[in-house]
Amino acid sequence: MTDLIRLTAAELASRLASGEVSSVEATQAHLDRIAAVDGDVHAFLHVSDHALEVAADIDRRRAAGEQLGPVAGVPLAIKDVLVTTDMPSTSGSRILEGFLSPYDATVVARSRAAGLVPLGKTNMDEFAMGSSTEHSAYGATHNPWDLDRIPGGSGGGSAAAVAAFEAPLALGSDTGGSIRQPAHVTGTVGVKPTYGGVSRYGAIALASSLDQVGPVTRTVLDAGLLHDVIGGHDPHDSTSLTEAWPSFAAAAREGATGQVLKGLKVGVISELPDSGFQAGVSESFRAALAAMEAQGAEIVEISAPHFEYGVAAYYLILPAEASSNLAKFDSVRFGLRVDVPGGTVEDVMAKTRDVGFGEEVKRRIILGTYALSAGYYDAYYGSAQKVRTLIQRDFDEAFAKVDVIATPSAPTTAFKLGEKIDDPLQMYLNDVTTIPANLAGVPGISIPSGLAAEDGLPVGIQFLAPAREDARLYRVGAALEAVLLDQWGAPLLDRAPALGANGGAR
Amino acid sequence: MVSEITPELVRHLGVLARIQLSDDEVERLTGQLDVIVDNIAKVSEVATPDVVATSHPIPLENVFRADVPGDMLTVAEVLQNAPDAASDRFRVTAILGEEQ
Amino acid sequence: MGKDKLMDFDAALEQFEPVLGFEVHVELNTETKMFSAAANPAHASNHDAAPNTLVAAVDMGLPGALPVVNETAVKYSISLGLALGCSIAPSSRFARKNYFYPDLGKNYQISQYDEPIAFEGSVDIELAGGDIVTVPIERAHMEEDAGKLTHMGGSTGRIQGAEYSLVDYNRAGVPLVEIVTKPIFGTEHRAPEIAKAYVAAIRDIVIALGISEARMERGNLRCDANVSLRPRGQEKLGTRTETKNVNSMRSVERAVRYEIQRQAAILAAGGTITQETRHWHEDTGTTSPGRPKSDADDYRYFPEPDLLPVAPSLELIEELRAALPEPPAARRRRLKTDWGFTDLEFQDVVNGGLLAEVEATVAAGASPAAARKWWTGELTRVSNASDREPAELVTPVAVADLQKLVDDGTLTDKLARQVLEGMIAGEGSPQQIVDARGLAVVSDDGALIAAIDEALAAQPDVLEKIRDGKVQAAGAVIGAVMKAMKGQADAARVRELVLERAAQ
Ligand SMILES: [Mg+2]
Ligand SMILES: [Zn+2]
Repeated sequence: MTDLIRLTAAELASRLASGEVSSVEATQAHLDRIAAVDGDVHAFLHVSDHALEVAADIDRRRAAGEQLGPVAGVPLAIKDVLVTTDMPSTSGSRILEGFLSPYDATVVARSRAAGLVPLGKTNMDEFAMGSSTEHSAYGATHNPWDLDRIPGGSGGGSAAAVAAFEAPLALGSDTGGSIRQPAHVTGTVGVKPTYGGVSRYGAIALASSLDQVGPVTRTVLDAGLLHDVIGGHDPHDSTSLTEAWPSFAAAAREGATGQVLKGLKVGVISELPDSGFQAGVSESFRAALAAMEAQGAEIVEISAPHFEYGVAAYYLILPAEASSNLAKFDSVRFGLRVDVPGGTVEDVMAKTRDVGFGEEVKRRIILGTYALSAGYYDAYYGSAQKVRTLIQRDFDEAFAKVDVIATPSAPTTAFKLGEKIDDPLQMYLNDVTTIPANLAGVPGISIPSGLAAEDGLPVGIQFLAPAREDARLYRVGAALEAVLLDQWGAPLLDRAPALGANGGAR
Repeated sequence: MVSEITPELVRHLGVLARIQLSDDEVERLTGQLDVIVDNIAKVSEVATPDVVATSHPIPLENVFRADVPGDMLTVAEVLQNAPDAASDRFRVTAILGEEQ
Repeated sequence: MGKDKLMDFDAALEQFEPVLGFEVHVELNTETKMFSAAANPAHASNHDAAPNTLVAAVDMGLPGALPVVNETAVKYSISLGLALGCSIAPSSRFARKNYFYPDLGKNYQISQYDEPIAFEGSVDIELAGGDIVTVPIERAHMEEDAGKLTHMGGSTGRIQGAEYSLVDYNRAGVPLVEIVTKPIFGTEHRAPEIAKAYVAAIRDIVIALGISEARMERGNLRCDANVSLRPRGQEKLGTRTETKNVNSMRSVERAVRYEIQRQAAILAAGGTITQETRHWHEDTGTTSPGRPKSDADDYRYFPEPDLLPVAPSLELIEELRAALPEPPAARRRRLKTDWGFTDLEFQDVVNGGLLAEVEATVAAGASPAAARKWWTGELTRVSNASDREPAELVTPVAVADLQKLVDDGTLTDKLARQVLEGMIAGEGSPQQIVDARGLAVVSDDGALIAAIDEALAAQPDVLEKIRDGKVQAAGAVIGAVMKAMKGQADAARVRELVLERAAQ
């Protein structure tokens, strides 16, 4: 029998549609895989008890002749930042241990309506604060390429689940790179849609003006299929864009023909010096650009002078918004309560928040409280909002000259677990290439560009497009993916080491 | 700008943020925040008065909801995660401060 | 409580000038809440909802929930802003006011900070003597109400001494407009009266707009009164206190008077006023200190990232402006003149809250005097004896129809009261009741003459007296006739006929 777990979502979907495979079989194969490898990877915080029931229902409906969506019956992993009615939602925090939402996030509801089969909830840095998933209250996730290394963050669980063939599709959220940077270090594909392109309703907010939910997959087409399911206007989210979107799966299919690279203007930022990047990352990036050039793309140097202020602005805006968004975790209505004998409710709240939040969360809440407090607002939060304007202008000027901007998705390959945990500033610098997209609201995609020569670990290339031009990213991403797949002869993930007691499924 | 993160300030921020920080935490955070703030304070270098602030990445306005009831939770749903409840309400220990 | 030293009010005014300021919160009676589609407990249909039955995810701050602005609440806010003579901001924004409190589901209140929807206006208020005072308005902004805490255990039901508290989030997210005045100078000895009249004026305006139930006892309208004193001749404002949530107009008046007397006593003794919030105690008529202003009052306002600017079009603003009702004070002046009432008669109508009823009854054809008489008389009497408002008893049109039957002689006043009784009991229109109960005045002279002759025959002594010119003796005969006719006769006509018959 075909190894169901190694199929792309698109392949699996077509076999489900033809009746060659049932959703129960596909779901069971992934549950088996989770059972076999997740002890090592720890991508999941919770595995659904209902997955097989849901799969059986899809099979029944298909057998009854019901017209199902293009990905019906395909299993899906859900980042724990998204609330679900049938599984706990913790956002990786102890303060929400066991929390059961009375409502589904819009993207979850849409996934269910499309017939996707939720497999479980994936691990993440607590409240999505981090770039390594080491800040989860429930233990770190391990990179399937090297279990001693980080899977990226905050969405390390979703990326690792997809890279370890525990799920063909996963949902992530990206506030400053939490979809794209994990994709980079795990050799997978991640898309941060245009701000407002996908509903935030039911995504436990980190920084409201930066957060976006998006797909985490192994191929660009799969990302497009999932984006088509979750995207579009949601009246529950005031920042949700109202326009109709083209099919991103169609854009990916069109891109895979390779034609789009001819005459494509690809911007490379002159201010991003090689010196900040690991040699293997820079080499892989340049090789990918060369491959595009060979297909007729034109590489254009562009200037983005304010991107260097991006990290600083981000680490003011994010903590400020987060300090307010996380105020709701106070022991009154849900979540942890730590009793203080003889204490007032104020004491109980303060104690609960001290015990319930991890170090990184407390650090950012205190930082954000400082940035917003009287006397500092203008210098910090106010100035950071101005930097946003400057970065948007940089993008506007760049996109007047080029179709997409390309950067390495992150400065280094996966670092060792524990390596940067005690140096928050070093950890923050991981997001230098991904942050500008969140500040400006533009879409970004990370796809594998190869392995770094010095450590054999995956490297990703990031493309950025103007706001609302997500489809362009799918076309360009799929085009480069096809070219590279041709070069490699097999998907990059085939080169990842085997996992688990049964030797994985090679 | 030179930041002036002191233990007193961090303790005060802990009060505003309702986090009961231990002395150890205050000390550690003071050092870390000092370094971080020194690095992020550079935003003010380019944030000149002529630059307008951006609060939303994609500018929109007048997003409204029609005044039609819906979306309500049942009492059971409201209370399903309550750490403590009585008489269909959330129960909290005595309150020290007053309403705002 | 009550141990405050007070200075005599007139003496206080001699030494000090009071400066007032008000923050009035108005709960809007929209169908749904400010930021969620949960039903609004401040809407008449939801008054008696059980705890936590009017709650959507965003009202209790559930993880992942997001606010969406209620369009009707925005329109009501604009209308209120216009009625307060304010400018409407071409673009206004919501902001988060961050503070922890158990009645606040998100631990921040969505409010407006530096960009309110309405700003710079004024309201003319009318004092009892007819004087008009203009109160300057600084701003009116949109925000959400908090949930409700009930303090349990302890003896007082107050927060002090309670063992625990219960939280109900029904009220969380009720749309509010907060109206903030500028400092009000020159109120002098009329400060308490002006305070009361200001709140009354706001209440009139929101009732005329139909945007709030405006019941102070229910908390639909809540007033925080700021009072400061400065020595005569001093430019600089004194330190102010803010007396919170005073829940009746009379209390607003008393609280302002009390604060003036209390602060004057402290200042005159060389003391200083603490900037603090204070609580009003209805029972003792005193205020007591609440929370002092402190650096914990750092609300860390920032633009609400989950919401977008409200930028009403000029067309919408003008449409709402055109639909504004006549300002209540102007309307009262106009009606008083039109109806020709005395001050006392007009006050009767106003105090009874019967202006609209009298107006509608007059519009339906009754004379102003007759309309006033029905509404402030019989209908108010029945209302007081029952649980129903006068307006719930009968319609103005029905009252006008009833008066028509009096005017054309079909009914006497006494009969008309019986018909009204039938109307209140739901027996139909005045004419239907007259027909069904057979209540019309007997206007057939023949029947009356027969009855009169019978009565005169029965009381020969009376006939004698009448013939001797003692006309007032006719009363006894008239009474007997009216009794015989079961009251359904026109007494004046009976009198005429009695005198006629006696002369024969
Ligand atoms: Mg106030
Ligand atoms: Zn207010």
